[in-house]
Amino acid sequence: MTREELEKLRQRIVSERDPDAPCITVCAGTGCLASGARKVIAAFDQKIDAQGLEVDLGFRSTGCHGFCEKGPIVIIDPEEICYLQVTPDDIPEIIEKTIKEKEVIERLLYVDQNTGEKAVHESDIPFYRHQERMVFGANRRIDPKSFEDYLAIGGYEALVKALFEMTPEQVVSEVKNANLRGRGGGGFPAGVKWEIARNAPSETKYVVVNCDEGDPGAYMDRSLMEGNPYGVLEGLTIGAYAIGAHEGYVYIRQEYPLALENLTSAIEDAENRGLLGTDILGSGFNFQVRVHRGAGAFVCGEETALLISLEGEVGEPRPRPPYPAEKGLWGKPTNINNVETWANIPLIIHRGSAAFASIGTEGSKGTKIFSLVGKIANTGLVEVPMGISLRDVVYKIGGGIPGGKKFKAVQTGGPSGGCIPEERLDLEVDFDELTKAGSMMGSGGMIVMDEETCMVDVARYFIDFLTDESCGKCVPCREGLRQMHRILSKITEGRGEESDFEILEELAETAREASLCALGKTAPNPFLSTFRYFREEYEAHIREKKCPALSCRKLVSYYIEPEKCKACLICLKECPAGAIDGAKKTIHIIDQEKCDACGICFEVCPSRFEAVMKISGEPVPPPIPEDQRVVIRKIKQQ
Amino acid sequence: MNDDRIDQIIDNHHGEASSLIQVLLEIQRENHWLPKEALTRVSEKLEVPLRRIQHIATFYRAFSLSPKGRHEVHLCMGTACHVRGAGRVLEKVESETGIKPGETDLDLKFSLETVNCLGCCALGPVMEIDGTTHGRLSAADTTDVLKSYE
Repeated sequence: MTREELEKLRQRIVSERDPDAPCITVCAGTGCLASGARKVIAAFDQKIDAQGLEVDLGFRSTGCHGFCEKGPIVIIDPEEICYLQVTPDDIPEIIEKTIKEKEVIERLLYVDQNTGEKAVHESDIPFYRHQERMVFGANRRIDPKSFEDYLAIGGYEALVKALFEMTPEQVVSEVKNANLRGRGGGGFPAGVKWEIARNAPSETKYVVVNCDEGDPGAYMDRSLMEGNPYGVLEGLTIGAYAIGAHEGYVYIRQEYPLALENLTSAIEDAENRGLLGTDILGSGFNFQVRVHRGAGAFVCGEETALLISLEGEVGEPRPRPPYPAEKGLWGKPTNINNVETWANIPLIIHRGSAAFASIGTEGSKGTKIFSLVGKIANTGLVEVPMGISLRDVVYKIGGGIPGGKKFKAVQTGGPSGGCIPEERLDLEVDFDELTKAGSMMGSGGMIVMDEETCMVDVARYFIDFLTDESCGKCVPCREGLRQMHRILSKITEGRGEESDFEILEELAETAREASLCALGKTAPNPFLSTFRYFREEYEAHIREKKCPALSCRKLVSYYIEPEKCKACLICLKECPAGAIDGAKKTIHIIDQEKCDACGICFEVCPSRFEAVMKISGEPVPPPIPEDQRVVIRKIKQQ
Repeated sequence: MNDDRIDQIIDNHHGEASSLIQVLLEIQRENHWLPKEALTRVSEKLEVPLRRIQHIATFYRAFSLSPKGRHEVHLCMGTACHVRGAGRVLEKVESETGIKPGETDLDLKFSLETVNCLGCCALGPVMEIDGTTHGRLSAADTTDVLKSYE
């Protein structure tokens, strides 16, 4: 395909599409699929087929829309009516009422938990209203397997511009001027990296997409790759042209089957259309892309480890310098960026660096996609301009903490990030501010924690994760983390001592100073940041043997309040330890000797009774005498 | 898994030693584990020492050097699931199946693995069995889910 043919195809597609024609869009991202989107799609297919509606009614299943909490999501265009938590049973009604009669089905709309107001359109929902979806917004408008869809929204315009109207140097300087910083964690300016790779003297160079998204609680790269693979490929091709590479690799986790499938399909299609391969669009530029599946090792998200893994070896990081931009894959200059960074490139080239840099803060330009998860009402992927306050993300977009619980902290930056407490909620989110607060941007995970989350346990959890994922090359990381984990576990079990703080700080300092790669250098962060902001929680564990969040099992006891117990037998039957004593019409008692504090009784006790109590740091009240345990008698007394 | 199929997989990757991980991944996907005979065959064909293959097969999480059960249980221990109580779900799975993460029961019914994130954080705690996601689990629900597998 030549440049002219591409433009002709685009014009034809756009002219054939009636923007006012009805179209149903179903989100088929991983989150919605897990909530049952596949059945919803099948039900639509069947209904549309049975009624012969294919001709007049558009239908599209797309990648992730971001509002995973309320999936499966269905949107009816052109009105943009947004239905949430749709089930297959709703489909006939949607077709009959909304499609045919233009009538809105009230019960499928978003309801604001605070005001009770309903929102008909996607853009009226607070979760979407406060976002700026420059990069991620395309997901909702394209079928990831449809080249036509991508073309219709302006796809490949940036590549045409780069190949025919710009020199490689101009592309590099455009990315530099945009001040796009790497979205994978480091935040290193992409343009600077490109320039180094561009200037490195070598015939052979490589470009690589890092889609080894390993941070627990972060899935924006996966959603971009699943939902808009052509966008990532377009960015990669522009990058290859800019630095002078003719071969590219996509390193993708094998745990992401759908992303892999959509990417592979997009690569094949782009090859067939002459958008990859030799003489792309008749420009004379050659570029081919290969896919490499990652076999599951967190450390391979680190760029040097990833490149070694690409070569088919055990992915252990190596010292930098030399940086991959000078000496990377098979010793050749290699430019490696993560998925979200690549996905920003077409935008920068198409709209220009000035437009891109007009969004964001002084040091961090553009938007960032965060995965807002944990104890938050609206879980999902959100794209916001750099500089938005954390408070706006948590409350305006996220809808606050569910269940009337109190906010405690938000953890950013993945396992080696840090926790930010309530008093810092007005912090403007960007690379530098997060680092100043003792955390980091990382790949964009934002895990919200409420009063029931124990910060010592959180630190223990992350250190445990990192101990497991440490490749073992450097002693301070391999052994130091192991010791930190041991001490933190001891504290959560109520066996901590005052002197532990000093040892923890020493181990943290050593790992930070003496590890080779970012994994080890930042690994102590979860401890350091929680210790900085939540020291009193650590002290309570050690001095009072108390877990203020009532979360650490060894420090928590369960107790049934005799006044509230209705002798319903539920907890008694569910208790795996057989620690609950009681009978019909006899108040239940927990035998503290047998109880292993699993908390199942607390979970199953009906909310109208709330008889099971959690206690920490204080003695459990003695059980009431056996002769007072009959429920009937107690009611009569009252 | 017979040698012909292994040769075929290797040929698909043009017999390049650098594609070792990709070859092992495909054997793992089809066979669900990596038997010693298969590794020996790969070692001969790609001319890579068995020692290096062992190193790779034990370094990356995707590979298993022992047979897997009929149902592969992946329990998400990602941060979002952790703060929503995945630890208690794990305990329940362990007590119901009698196996710990990384193990397979004697009847070859369940294999249990913990994973770092399944990317379904909105549904946490999440457990995936044979590719089907079970979300918003409580320890009490877990028993019923496991019982539904034969």
